[in-house]
Amino acid sequence: MIVDIGIVAVKAFLVLFMVLNLAGILGWIERKGSALIQDRIGANRASVLGFAGMGLVNTLVADPLKFLTKEDFVPSQGDKFLHTLAPCMALFTALVTFAVIPFGDILVLGERVINLQVANLNIGILYVFAIGSLGVYGIVIGAWASNNKFSLLGGVRGSAQMISYEVAMGLSVIGILMVFGTLELQEIARGQGTLIRDMLPESAGFLKSTIGWLPAWGIFLQPLAFLLFFTAAVAETKRIPFDLPEGESELVAGYHVEYSGGKFLMFFAGEFAEIVTAAGLMTTLFFGGWQVPYLMRDGFHFPWGETVLLPHLAVTALQVAAFTLKVIFFCWLQILLRWSVPRFRYDQVMRLGWKMLLPLALLNVIVTAIVIIALQ
Amino acid sequence: MVPLDYYLILGAVIFAIGVIGVLVRRNLIVVLMSIELMLNAVNLTFVAFSRYLGSMQGQVIVFFVMAVAAAEAVIGLAIVISVFRHRRSLDPQEMQLLKW
Amino acid sequence: MDASAILFYVISALLVLASLMVVFLRNVVHCALALVVALFLIAILFVMLHAPMVGVLQVLVYAGAIMVLFLFVIMFLNPTASEPRPKLWWGFGSLAALLLAASLAALLSNGGAPADPVAATEIFGSPETLAKSLFTDFVLPFEITSVLLLVAIIGAVVLAKREP
Repeated sequence: MIVDIGIVAVKAFLVLFMVLNLAGILGWIERKGSALIQDRIGANRASVLGFAGMGLVNTLVADPLKFLTKEDFVPSQGDKFLHTLAPCMALFTALVTFAVIPFGDILVLGERVINLQVANLNIGILYVFAIGSLGVYGIVIGAWASNNKFSLLGGVRGSAQMISYEVAMGLSVIGILMVFGTLELQEIARGQGTLIRDMLPESAGFLKSTIGWLPAWGIFLQPLAFLLFFTAAVAETKRIPFDLPEGESELVAGYHVEYSGGKFLMFFAGEFAEIVTAAGLMTTLFFGGWQVPYLMRDGFHFPWGETVLLPHLAVTALQVAAFTLKVIFFCWLQILLRWSVPRFRYDQVMRLGWKMLLPLALLNVIVTAIVIIALQ
Repeated sequence: MVPLDYYLILGAVIFAIGVIGVLVRRNLIVVLMSIELMLNAVNLTFVAFSRYLGSMQGQVIVFFVMAVAAAEAVIGLAIVISVFRHRRSLDPQEMQLLKW
Repeated sequence: MDASAILFYVISALLVLASLMVVFLRNVVHCALALVVALFLIAILFVMLHAPMVGVLQVLVYAGAIMVLFLFVIMFLNPTASEPRPKLWWGFGSLAALLLAASLAALLSNGGAPADPVAATEIFGSPETLAKSLFTDFVLPFEITSVLLLVAIIGAVVLAKREP
């Protein structure tokens, strides 16, 4: 009993450690990466003992110190309790979502089989959507508690955008749920280890010969759903091109205009944590999660017949490393997206969410259903 | 496991608190929120019975109650908005045009 | 007195406190947030009662969407006039509610309800079981509910439209 709780605590600590560190490193990637994209040098002034580390010292040491030592104020007519609560809610919901994302298959220690996922809920992905819908409150409360018209406008826009894209996000995932037949994320990740030719019946011989050697990753089975989910996830995190709520050139800073110091750092860190969470979801649902192509629990089983056996710890380490690399790739992709495209106007954002993503997601569900029934 | 009566008493207490809200508060939005509280007390009672009798029907009914509560909250708030536009006030006491 | 009983007492105490805050606080936004907390606590009780699907739907739909709608309306209407609180009203209202609570509790406490729960199987309350019930025995109410939601959407848009 105590050992079980201890194991869960260690897993939770590891996941939090990874997410928070990644959020910090993403801050650095954002500053240096944006500088590279925009053909400038970026932040490189702060240095420790002459070592400036390509802006690492600036972003990871100087910036947090600056934020934490700033004066913490609440607007005079603003609601003091709610003003402090809002960034906590934003950061909390971003971090807690990671509890159901599996970062590995299993780890066998002696007689104990540890499932490398903090919480294996039978409602799996619905938990992610539920916590995502609670994330709206951080914005709404922050906007209201600032007693500022710009802030309120940014907050209302932000929450309307978030609840619109939640619908599209949920519907786009239904195709994946139909294909794998389960809500649990660990089962979806495990299901993506089979090859496509093992999922198809004998009647689809043509498909088997052309794409049957691919592993059954979500991106091959549901490409449209991936595009929809990616768009909806970027809109949920309120990153450019969907960042009207915090539009830097239009609304000053939107719903966090009255925040400074530690509270702003929490909003900031919450946004990066949301990027990591969105990347984690994308890898788990569409890119096999921790799956390395053709790597089963005892080693590599290539489709052309060759087999390479590996010890269990090597397999687990490979899978966790694969998961981390995929998450980092998607985080980098979102940062690249931010500095490459201009932002949408607000009515364009709403139109995209309701008039384009929602019908496409429904179409995806119908087509997936038809294909599944036809292939039985 | 606590006995079923505890869940039922809790549901009754929450329901009664919702009733206070509906009867006494003079802000239409808080009245609507108290109605939501009452609906949730009923949901809790249904789910408690569903568990203790081993039947799934209680949870299915809760599903429908939630959908109906969503529809009712939407319409209620739309009515509140249109009333506010005309009367500039959210006090139920001031909406007496239909009183004889 | 095992862990689940202690958890139940703690959560029910917090739930009663949150409900009282909904009804008694002056600031409407605080009331709405207290209601969100109450809904979340009820979702925890649902999960304790082996109804995880209904619990997560409670958070998704009730706490995540309906209460956001309430907060939107509160922020837009921005009611500034403070409401009067006549003591007579509050006295009688609380008395009526107290009588109601007492009679409900008395009625519910000595019915033929089983004291111990039926042993729960693994799939009780899971999404599969709920969906199976919903799409076989209750498919007609399900379809009617979708029409109801459509009617609610249309009604809300028509009611809240600005006069041109």
